[in-house]
Amino acid sequence: MEALLASAVGVLTAAGVFLILRRRTFPVILGLSLLTYAVNAFLFATGRLALNSPPVLNKYAEVAYTDPLPQALVLTAIVISFGMTAVIVMIALGAYLSSRDDRIDMKAHDSVDAAPGEDA
Amino acid sequence: MSLFLIAALPFLGAIFPGLLIRAGRNASASAAGLASFLAFTGLMIHAPAVLRGEVVTARFDWLPGLGLNANFMLDGLGFLFATLILGIGMLIILYARFYLSRQDPMGQFYTYLLLFQGAMVGIVLSDNILLLLVFWELTSLSSFLLIGYWKHLPEGRQGARMALAVTGSGGLAMIAGMLILGHIVGSYDLSVILQNKELIQSSPWYVPALILILLGCFTKSAQFPFHFWLPHAMAAPTPVSAYLHSATMVKAGIFLMARMWPVLSGTPEWFYIVATTGLVTMVVGAVIALFKDDLKALLAFSTVSHLGLITMLLGFGTKVAAVAAMFHIVNHATFKAALFMSAGIVDHETGTRDIKRLGGLRQLMPITFGIATIAALSMAGIPPLNGFLSKEMMLEEAFHTAWLDSHVVIPALAVFAALFSAAYSFRYISHVFLGSERQDYPHHPHDPGPGLWLSPAILVVLVVVIGLNSATVAGPLVSASAQAVIGGELPYFKLKLWHGFTPALYMSIVAVLGGAVLLGLHKHLERFWNALPRPEAKVIFDAVIDVLTSLSRFVTDGLHNGIISRYAAIMVTFTVGIGYYAYATGSIGVATRVPLDAPIIPIIGWICLVGATLAIMWFHRNRLLSLVLIGVVGLIVSMAFNYLSAPDLALTQISVEVVTMILLLLSLNFMPTETPVDSTKARKLRDAAISIVAGIGAGGLIYALMLRDFAFPTISAYHLENSYKGGGGTNVVNVILVDFRGFDTFGEIIVLGIAALVIFALAESVLSSNVRAYLLNRKPHWPQSGDAHPLMMVVVTRVMMPIALMVGAYIFFRGHNQPGGGFIAGLVVAIAFLMQYMASGYTWAIERQRFYYHATIGWGVLIAAATGLGAWFNDMPFLTSDFGYLHWPPLEEFEWATAMLFDTGVFLAVLGAVLLALDSLSRFAWQPGIQQEYPMDINPQRDTPPVPGTGPETVARAGKET
Repeated sequence: MEALLASAVGVLTAAGVFLILRRRTFPVILGLSLLTYAVNAFLFATGRLALNSPPVLNKYAEVAYTDPLPQALVLTAIVISFGMTAVIVMIALGAYLSSRDDRIDMKAHDSVDAAPGEDA
Repeated sequence: MSLFLIAALPFLGAIFPGLLIRAGRNASASAAGLASFLAFTGLMIHAPAVLRGEVVTARFDWLPGLGLNANFMLDGLGFLFATLILGIGMLIILYARFYLSRQDPMGQFYTYLLLFQGAMVGIVLSDNILLLLVFWELTSLSSFLLIGYWKHLPEGRQGARMALAVTGSGGLAMIAGMLILGHIVGSYDLSVILQNKELIQSSPWYVPALILILLGCFTKSAQFPFHFWLPHAMAAPTPVSAYLHSATMVKAGIFLMARMWPVLSGTPEWFYIVATTGLVTMVVGAVIALFKDDLKALLAFSTVSHLGLITMLLGFGTKVAAVAAMFHIVNHATFKAALFMSAGIVDHETGTRDIKRLGGLRQLMPITFGIATIAALSMAGIPPLNGFLSKEMMLEEAFHTAWLDSHVVIPALAVFAALFSAAYSFRYISHVFLGSERQDYPHHPHDPGPGLWLSPAILVVLVVVIGLNSATVAGPLVSASAQAVIGGELPYFKLKLWHGFTPALYMSIVAVLGGAVLLGLHKHLERFWNALPRPEAKVIFDAVIDVLTSLSRFVTDGLHNGIISRYAAIMVTFTVGIGYYAYATGSIGVATRVPLDAPIIPIIGWICLVGATLAIMWFHRNRLLSLVLIGVVGLIVSMAFNYLSAPDLALTQISVEVVTMILLLLSLNFMPTETPVDSTKARKLRDAAISIVAGIGAGGLIYALMLRDFAFPTISAYHLENSYKGGGGTNVVNVILVDFRGFDTFGEIIVLGIAALVIFALAESVLSSNVRAYLLNRKPHWPQSGDAHPLMMVVVTRVMMPIALMVGAYIFFRGHNQPGGGFIAGLVVAIAFLMQYMASGYTWAIERQRFYYHATIGWGVLIAAATGLGAWFNDMPFLTSDFGYLHWPPLEEFEWATAMLFDTGVFLAVLGAVLLALDSLSRFAWQPGIQQEYPMDINPQRDTPPVPGTGPETVARAGKET
């Protein structure tokens, strides 16, 4: 089971990194989403894996519980990463609609040193 | 008065001049003067004790973990400097009131001046070197503001920048030196450091620490080769020059050398670095000063020269030299501040500071002439003025000091410098005031009112009084400060005019006579001097700055060329590199955990996940397809969470998944659906190599981690144990979120709310630009569905709405004890609303919208905050929760917890944030004509059929693909 999860994290990371190295906004967003899965699964796995022992206390029997702390961390991480994805999507969309171009590299005249007001 | 108050008074006072300037310039100046006066009075209260040799202290542990304590101490040395800073400060405040013109913003001036004064007082009273560093940097910053006070003058701005660059970089070096020093001793308290001379000087870190600290001192005190900033700082108004550049700031470096004298001096390194630098500075400054035509430049270089003199005395490392240094600090401050102010008066009255255009002012400005002459004669070292006394002591000491076994170098050069010093002092008198009256002054000069000449006059009186009665007037102060510097028994010394026929007297006579001769030859010497090639400091400085700028631009542009994929590649490669370094140099323990078995179902899930991920890589140019595939990945991740005992995570992941997919689909509606090929083969190979290495690293790390037990006991057991007892809930994850780590969650909902507001703001700015026209006139890329709002979907979603809300409420209420809670409930309810958007259209949904999403986020955060604050009323820390049990017949006994209220805040914030984000995106799709589109065309209440022509092609495609 550990090998499955670790290899899945590895594959997700590799795919995510590959996609964030692309030059268009959409693949980068996809790559970030994949990286988010990878990171969340990674954080979750730091609590070590356990089956059938959710951290919900059982009043009637002595049972084992898995580590609740990484779960709490990952829960908020999932929600926050939604917020992050939404912001990036909005930035990408605004940039695309303003310039009709979804490349993420700046052209020479877009850089800071160029005089402002060149592209209307 | 407490030392805290003395140090704080100038800072507190700094508020008032800026505010009171509306009540007039006198009010502003009086407020500034009052603050200085109160601080000065407070200081004087301690005078008897300090002059007896006691040390006044005030201690306060500010950040004890860092060794940073707000400890102040007042000993003789600090008292001497504080007296100069506050005393001359008051005179400068008076002088500036009449010096600055109506156009100058005087409130600002006094505010900056008091900030500077406070920083200086802080330096000299600090008993902690970290605290001292804070004040040290504050003087650099406030002097930057003061030098650049005349913002309209380019010289002022350049001079301010240069001063900040030089003193600021010296300050950085000093921080390093001080940290080393504190590290050697194990304490950052000066009083401790000063007790550990042997420890410091035997440490191998002594020389690096010494050099770094001296760099800070030398830059601040304008020692060669860092002296060049001081003349350029003369672009400041004259009161600033008189205050900062003669009496106070430039002496901060000297103060620090004196402060550290007991532990750093006495070694050959100290002698050769400090004494040589001082000697060279003294000679170079004196020679240049003679050939400067700008009055203030002349005084600036003479200040450089005198600072070199004091530095040299401290560098000698003998006790008598230290006494002489202290005495010369007092004398120099009095005559040099008076000289600067007199130069300011001349400038103010005649309209020029160019010596070549002046002369013959003796009759026109008799008072100024008197003040300037006495001060300049003191600077030249003429008896019976105070400058003579300390210069005599300096020459005496120089005579006895050998440099590399040569008994000639130091005395000869000291006489040489003294000779030039006498020459430029005489030049100041004769070329400005003596000679015949001229007719071509820019303004017709006359003596100013007492407001301007009173301050230098007071100083000149001191010059004479100290000269005549040195032992009684200055004796106690010099003794007390010298004792603080030496830190032991005072040597035998006498402050008096006549010491008999000593070598120093002959040297003095040579210097004064030689100075007079030099002045007579000035015309010829000047021609020779102007023909000499000289390095121009400003040119060199600008060239160095240019090189540094282009170097950093080269590095920055190389790394940050505007292509984000390059930053990402650099970051990933670097991270992998660090990880590899840790792996290669560290050790890894043996696996202690037995891996879990992998039944067939997880293996199928794994195949789906890896297959979908690889397919995304393969098909990522087809954006719609990759969205579907990423949905598969998300689904399997949530199932994995569920399988691995994390039901809360599974619920969250799956509901976030839904929202994210809707969001991405919406955005894809406006973007190209294909990604063109940009990268070359080689680039793809490179990227593939980077990503595979990163994947192996991440996977390998977590695999190794999962097979080993925790290296340290975790805090998880505590949470499991106290979740029910302390938090009143059995769902530990939820209790952690709303109770144990409630503060984190509080921060997170705020972040989420801010993200949603950012999205809203971005949408607003895009929609208010010319993009709006494009959006309104947009034609779909492909044929649209004939039925924008399918009847079945509309009916089903409306029926499901109350059920979905019910589920949301259920998940919310069970959250404390069973999987669920505010986060998940917020997402579920948000999805319930989104269904209406999708099925019935944005316009229809928004018309029935009864609450604002912004307000929902705000209420969520406020409710969470109010719950947290409620704990204060029970004298508990923020966010302490409480719970209990209620029994209302005929219901079962149920539990209440304040954490529930907090969870309500979380719920509202998540709901509002998600809806605001998607709502902002949906508004892009709005097009005219959409109002006529009814989501449910069969409506018996409506008589008129839909208007033809507003057919499906104009329909918003907002939710169509879903």
